[in-house]
Amino acid sequence: MASGVNRQPFGLRLLTYGFIVVWLIAAAFPFLWTFWGSFKVELDFFSIADWTNAIFGRRTEMTYGTPFTMAGYEGAWVQGEFWRSVINTGIVCFFVVCSSLTIGTLGGYALSRSGYRYTFWLLIIALIFRAMPPITLVSGYMLPFFEWNVWGILPTTIIVLVAINQPFTLWMLHSFFQNIPKELDESARVDGCTQFQAFRHVIVPVMWPGVITTGLFSFLLAYNDFAVTSMLLNEENRTMIPAIAAFLGSTYNEGQIMFAVAAVVSATAPLFFLVMFFQRQIVAGLTQGAVKG
Amino acid sequence: MLLFIAAPIVSVVLQSLHTPHGAVLVEAETCTPLSGCILETTIDQEATRELREAEPLGRLVGFDIYLDRGHLAFAEVAEAWRQSDDLGEFWTSLMNLPFYRAMAFTLTFTFIVTPLMVILGLVIAFAVNSLHRHLKGLVIFFSLLPFTVTPLIGSLILFWMIDSRGILGDALVYLVGDPSFSLKASTGLMWVSLIVYGIWHAAPFAFVVFYAGLQTLPMEQIEAARIDGATRWQQVRYVVVPHLMPLVTFVALIQLMDNFRVFEPIVGFNAEAHATSLSWIIFNDLGGETRQFSAAATSSVLTIIGVTILLSPVLVRTWRDFRDKK
Repeated sequence: MASGVNRQPFGLRLLTYGFIVVWLIAAAFPFLWTFWGSFKVELDFFSIADWTNAIFGRRTEMTYGTPFTMAGYEGAWVQGEFWRSVINTGIVCFFVVCSSLTIGTLGGYALSRSGYRYTFWLLIIALIFRAMPPITLVSGYMLPFFEWNVWGILPTTIIVLVAINQPFTLWMLHSFFQNIPKELDESARVDGCTQFQAFRHVIVPVMWPGVITTGLFSFLLAYNDFAVTSMLLNEENRTMIPAIAAFLGSTYNEGQIMFAVAAVVSATAPLFFLVMFFQRQIVAGLTQGAVKG
Repeated sequence: MLLFIAAPIVSVVLQSLHTPHGAVLVEAETCTPLSGCILETTIDQEATRELREAEPLGRLVGFDIYLDRGHLAFAEVAEAWRQSDDLGEFWTSLMNLPFYRAMAFTLTFTFIVTPLMVILGLVIAFAVNSLHRHLKGLVIFFSLLPFTVTPLIGSLILFWMIDSRGILGDALVYLVGDPSFSLKASTGLMWVSLIVYGIWHAAPFAFVVFYAGLQTLPMEQIEAARIDGATRWQQVRYVVVPHLMPLVTFVALIQLMDNFRVFEPIVGFNAEAHATSLSWIIFNDLGGETRQFSAAATSSVLTIIGVTILLSPVLVRTWRDFRDKK
């Protein structure tokens, strides 16, 4: 019955749909455009003469015989050795996600089950660190790293990323564990489990949704990071994002901006699929802290 | 069990404390981070290296770096104040100091992007909420894209489009009717494009949060309002918006902090000449041939202070919540 009364007037509905269409174009069009353009030559991607060139690829056809070319990708992946960065990103992301989830799960669980006052302060400190720009911390890391001669390699970067990521993971898993009723592990304790057994046999089986969501966000952080990785990694250990920035530095001179375009598209593709498959978890993670707070 | 939590946090604390200590007590081996620096190194390599090995953190100079031209620059500010006749002139000379220039952009960016993005997010949430169920998933998927994509990549994609040879830049040239028109040429327009990027990037976050909030709307209240004869607009104004208000504060605060550390778009837009931010200053000091650790650390501490000021309302609120729960 409510729907009948609540039906929108025609004008408002039209306005709504119009707005949605405008927003969708604003949100998605840049990606489609860049994806389409990445198969063209630079003169088409940046078409001075006629913007329809970018759609039909006339100059690409003149150069390569077809309106689509993989030249940009070839240049980026083979000539620019982008595959190296891809592997590095994979390594960094994998280890960052694994280690921050391990620490975060255990820590978040313990924090949520302990009623002491200092847990509050620990969480507040975590919140402050979450707000800190990573780059302010980086300047603190660099000098000691040079001293110990561990600058530029992957393990140190992974440790730094885990440390930067930890407050967030802790905060998120803490609020997740608080939603799991205490009675669950208390009854396990009554039945004779130790605290750890209660965690292992009772909590672990029900914690996966929260862990997956948190893991996704850790992954995004490690994947998207530019400030830390560009400062702490040397040239051959670069991950994708600093590698793209480096492409830009050199490509403006050589007129091979298409390398960077192709690299950008390659780096966006995994994110695209990530959002597609884990949309629900991402939405849940974004709203989790908010709706409760 | 507590060890498991305490250890990483303590390590985070220790590591991050490095920055303030490094900045407050320390200066890079040779000098102030101005041009005198380089001279000294070239003259006395041997002694420098010895000194460097003896004291890796450097010489103790107290607050000198905070007051030099690159940072707070009180002396220069006072000088400018004395010499300029009116506020406009004072402002111009203030904008020549890197710290204040960065501060001006950071604050402008933060305080323009945050409210606009909240409003845009709210409107999108309302619009999507009234869509058909099957369409919603698709729209949410595309809406999330600008937010999940790497900031640097997102800004690069937009930057290529607004390039005067890119499609948007081309369209603008056509609209303005001036073939030499370029967004990159003027400071004001560059700021506008950075701000547009900021809103584009952050609006999905606000949208998703508000959308989730709309799902928990109190239907009874809305019905009651309708029975009392409230128009659609009044329902939104007096029932829905107050219901979403806590979320608005939450989103606004998170975004204040995030926008305050704006950094990647400046690199992506190649906008260093027109707009710098505090984070960018740190990045710039750390990179390149001369790694000016002390200068960067000082900027870091100043940024941290700024973040803390912005964060204080959240902290107070969390503290109150916690106390009430007890």
